[in-house]
Amino acid sequence: MFETKSGVFAIAGLGFFVLAFLVMGLLPWLIYVDQPELTVEQIAEQGLLHEFVELHERFPAEFERYFGGPPTKENFAAALRRGHEVYVGEACWHCHSQQVRPVSRESERWGPVSHANEYQNELQRPVLFGTRRVGPDLSREGARRTNDWHLAHFYNPMSVVPTTVMPAYTWFFDERGYPNRDGMSIITYVQWLGSWLPEYPYYYGEGPPQLTPPTRGAQDGVAQGPGRGDDGREG
Amino acid sequence: MSVITASSGAMNVPALAAGRALIETRLVWWYFAASLTYMIVAMLAGFLFSLQFLQHYPLAGIELFSPGRWRLVHTNGVAYGFIANAFLGMLHWAVPRLTLRPVRGRGLSYFIFFAWQAVVLATVVGLLTGQAQAVEWGETPTWVDPVALAGLILVAVNFLHPILQVQGPMYVTLWYYVAAFVWTVLVYAMGSFLPEYFVGGAASGAIIGLFIHDLVGLFVTPLGWGMMYYFVPILLKKPVWSHGLSLVGFWGLAFFYPLTGIHHFLYSPIPMFLQYGAVISTIAVELVVTTVIINFFMTLRGRGDALRTNLPIRWFYTGMVFYFTTCLQCAFQATLTFQKIIHFTDWVVGHSHLVMFGVFGFWLLGMMTHLIPRLVGAGGWYRPSWNAWHYWLSTIGMLVMFFDLVIAGLIQGFQWRDLAPWEDSLVASAPFWLTRAVSGTMIIIGQFFFAANVVMTMLRRPVGSGEDSADAAAAAI
Repeated sequence: MFETKSGVFAIAGLGFFVLAFLVMGLLPWLIYVDQPELTVEQIAEQGLLHEFVELHERFPAEFERYFGGPPTKENFAAALRRGHEVYVGEACWHCHSQQVRPVSRESERWGPVSHANEYQNELQRPVLFGTRRVGPDLSREGARRTNDWHLAHFYNPMSVVPTTVMPAYTWFFDERGYPNRDGMSIITYVQWLGSWLPEYPYYYGEGPPQLTPPTRGAQDGVAQGPGRGDDGREG
Repeated sequence: MSVITASSGAMNVPALAAGRALIETRLVWWYFAASLTYMIVAMLAGFLFSLQFLQHYPLAGIELFSPGRWRLVHTNGVAYGFIANAFLGMLHWAVPRLTLRPVRGRGLSYFIFFAWQAVVLATVVGLLTGQAQAVEWGETPTWVDPVALAGLILVAVNFLHPILQVQGPMYVTLWYYVAAFVWTVLVYAMGSFLPEYFVGGAASGAIIGLFIHDLVGLFVTPLGWGMMYYFVPILLKKPVWSHGLSLVGFWGLAFFYPLTGIHHFLYSPIPMFLQYGAVISTIAVELVVTTVIINFFMTLRGRGDALRTNLPIRWFYTGMVFYFTTCLQCAFQATLTFQKIIHFTDWVVGHSHLVMFGVFGFWLLGMMTHLIPRLVGAGGWYRPSWNAWHYWLSTIGMLVMFFDLVIAGLIQGFQWRDLAPWEDSLVASAPFWLTRAVSGTMIIIGQFFFAANVVMTMLRRPVGSGEDSADAAAAAI
């Protein structure tokens, strides 16, 4: 068996691979198989993103040319889908993670620890955990910064963050410097990240004082994430 | 052992009476030429990307030169252009010698060669036009995947044909190759199609983890070790030290390696008991690797002078030292303790460079250093000293890059844990990123020495030599 063709082919080649796949691939698949996986249309059904509407207010003519009219659930879904394609095609996910781990004080920096349900949608197929964090985690990025910040940052990152090593994505803009369809789509996608959380857009639980009484007591000490004080958050 | 088989297999030689040459020498050479071309392209792509980290990207603002896309060309070019082509050439050299039979078909072999170059070129074009698939190392555009899989199946058919006709027990090299042909097809199918079409969310993360690690462990590693078991005894002119340890090494790798993939996503929403399993099997792989390393260094015992006098042997054993280093590192970094700090940092980037270039790149370059003069019908290398430059620039550049990135990773990881402002980790990384670019430049200059030597060896070979004398030289080995 150990040195024969059939032993090597059937046991080492097929057998051990299938065994490993059953344990390490099929088992988690079966564990999560009953979790519903949202389509982009179902996501859009839950309501339009504030930042998507704001892109229309800021660039109405361009927006209507790229998306065939004012914001609707249909073109919101189209923008999310295109934004996700751009995010994958430009390899954003090789320098930005979308996963907050329960260690290394990550929840203090980014917000709540990632939960399996967050990945049960079409835009996480294949999943975008990420592999390297040259730039920040983006899974709680939605509404953290304004559209204007993102426009300036995509066009020339160093104009906003002098120490950044992020490339300039000038092809997300037309010749006048207005965002084109890809530019509006990627901003919509990034502003959507984290919007499904109950904490959104106040990832540290503070909320506006007049509306949401503080419920997390001692947790309020980390209301403003360290290193994030100058990021143009709206409150 | 393969030497003995080749010289005592006279009763099998009638298999050659079909009127075909045993080895398609020209094809081996073509594969190596393609491999070296892609290696240099992929390394230049990596260098270009490293300039982005220095805030001096020379082609900023040009969509086709988007740094992220060139990062994908770097990793995919290394995997499918450099390493796959070099292995295919090596298989055309070794498999017919080990089986005393030619591969399935001459026309099929040439078809596969052109088809594979088309696959790699299509991948590069697809990545540069923004059509990547979100599977690390499987970014091959979805429309290329079925073609690539068909190509891998043809490769398996072409080489399994002679192997399956061999009677009785097979030599170690063929265990690794037979298993590798099965694994590569299964791994590629799993990684390219399941996460894209059949399973989403955290469960797709488990499968992507398996894919990333199986591509290293079940495609590159078995072909690499099979190559070592073939060339090292031939070059040292002595058998492998322990057949028993060879068995332990192969079967241990076959059992434990496929189980390790989820260690890429520790502390993720993938069920924790599977993460524990991945950590344990990763540590088990390190124990298996130790037996293989012992076997090869005991084989070297008494022939240590070969490290000085025989450049291919030096490449091979340097690669083995790096292999042991990288596996030992892996046994630690895959634990939950290390992952808290080093996940998402440059530590992992240093690790992967040591694996793909320091180990498998070194082995393949050593193998080419041994074979290329024989393939092109030259008596020897145009300038042996250029090959020495190639070795030393590659080795020193690799060592500098490895330690540079590992240290950078520790600094980044601890700064993040200490909640330093994000920008601080960029400022702290800047000198390490500069060092990385410089060490990468050293490696690339080394490859230019080798490429120039290959070209000059081709041009200056003795008049009247060619395929015939190459075959004669090959037969004499």
